[in-house]
Amino acid sequence: MTKPPPLSTGDTLARFGLIGVPVVVLAAAMAYVHGWLDPGRLTPERIVDTLQASGGAHPGYRRNHAKGVCVSGWFESSGQLAQYSKAEVFAPGRTPVVGRFALPGGNPYAPDSSVPIRSFALRFTQADGQQWRTGMNSMPVFPVGTTEAFFASLQASRPDPATGKPNPAAQQAFFASHPETAPFLAWVKTAKPSASFATERYDGLNAFYLVAADGKRQAVRWDVEPVGVTPAATAGEGADFLEHDLEQRLVAGPLRWALKMTFAAPGDPVDDASKQWPQDRQAIVAGTVVLDHAVSQMDGPCRDINYDPTLLPQGIEVSGDPLLPARSAAYADSYLRRTGEVETLNTAQERRP
Amino acid sequence: MSTPPRHFAPAARWLHWSMAVGLLAMLFIGAGMAASVSERHEWLLQLHKPLGIALLALAVIRVAIRLSTRQPPLPADLPGPQALAAKASHLLLYGLMLSLPLLGWAMLSAAGDPVSLGAGVQLPPLIAPDAKTFAVLRTAHGYLAYLLFLTVLVHLAAALYHGLIRRDGVLRSMARAR
Repeated sequence: MTKPPPLSTGDTLARFGLIGVPVVVLAAAMAYVHGWLDPGRLTPERIVDTLQASGGAHPGYRRNHAKGVCVSGWFESSGQLAQYSKAEVFAPGRTPVVGRFALPGGNPYAPDSSVPIRSFALRFTQADGQQWRTGMNSMPVFPVGTTEAFFASLQASRPDPATGKPNPAAQQAFFASHPETAPFLAWVKTAKPSASFATERYDGLNAFYLVAADGKRQAVRWDVEPVGVTPAATAGEGADFLEHDLEQRLVAGPLRWALKMTFAAPGDPVDDASKQWPQDRQAIVAGTVVLDHAVSQMDGPCRDINYDPTLLPQGIEVSGDPLLPARSAAYADSYLRRTGEVETLNTAQERRP
Repeated sequence: MSTPPRHFAPAARWLHWSMAVGLLAMLFIGAGMAASVSERHEWLLQLHKPLGIALLALAVIRVAIRLSTRQPPLPADLPGPQALAAKASHLLLYGLMLSLPLLGWAMLSAAGDPVSLGAGVQLPPLIAPDAKTFAVLRTAHGYLAYLLFLTVLVHLAAALYHGLIRRDGVLRSMARAR
């Protein structure tokens, strides 16, 4: 090969400049996508940082719904929903479940009476290996409908450094500027911390689509409603009465919830969890969730499960509800943090106040 | 012994350029989904998994082609350190192309998540679920992806340096057939 003619100094500099152009453009594009050039963007990290600031540092635990207990059992499908969803879980028969009852909030030692809301997460594992994960709460409606509003609510309920408690003025200002919270506020005013996980109704809150074998899609929301349960007379002693109550009830026999699918009518909002659907909507009981075991979350089967509500089998799909991808992204961030700290859980247990 | 080729084999060149597009897209998709809470997070994630497995398959084919064809040699007058950097960076590129999708697959397995590529296609888990292992693999997946991005930038700059400053035929060996 013949040697190319030498370049002048100016020409060499110009060519180095030319080499720099695509390199700098690509690097800048990556920095933007990563978020470095876009500090105002709402990222999973910012959401989980804010949750962590409210809940305190509890390495190894979920950054929200930190206090909980593992349960297991199965879902007994009635087959009633099979014509609306091709998911194997809705064909007649049993699907094993691993679940988790929990309290909202980032403190794993919070007294059970501190919040009127309980939560119930479930993972259904189909025989074909596909899974359905859902996280439900014992309230009929979510306070807000967008991720931005949810983040604003987290910021408003951050503890004031001076008092260590949320600033009531900030919370009032938040609710005043978010009128969509009215149905939730009306509910929470009368809500009392229940004495048992077993007596609660848990609502999926977000809308999803069922997809039938013929491709037909139907917007739904689901909830589970307790079946044949005796109400607890009064809350037990101490801070952890919910777990004790659960264990006692399971000694007497399995606990049951009817899994109810409510169908949206045309025009019902499917992308806003702060808006309830009218009570008269068609509903189908897809089957019964049966729980027969409870284990501590320190070594139970639910500990290492990320109950990401967008993890769905074929036959269920996410709706346009913006809270669903936000939950998925934030749960993933929380999951990475706590799995990296899993070894600290044993010492945390010893330190427990 | 016949004269060494001055260009890469056609299949190698085709794979190089299609994977260049795929890998860059993949790196941006990965960074974007990890920094997003909107519906973008969902659809980028749905793209990331099947594209990652496709790139793994292409990388395996590419290594096979690399090992079974003759490469044009580096210019004889290339300074030793540059020749070494060229060889080391290519080894790094191949290593990352193969390991990143495997790390992604393994980390989902460690989380106990189904490795679904969409349309009901599901891969078997590579390893048993384990929280600690997940955290290590997930962290490595992120850092090594940025290492791949930096290596690609260096590779791009070096290729243009060969093409615009040294003008020694190295860029042409991948860009053109003749």
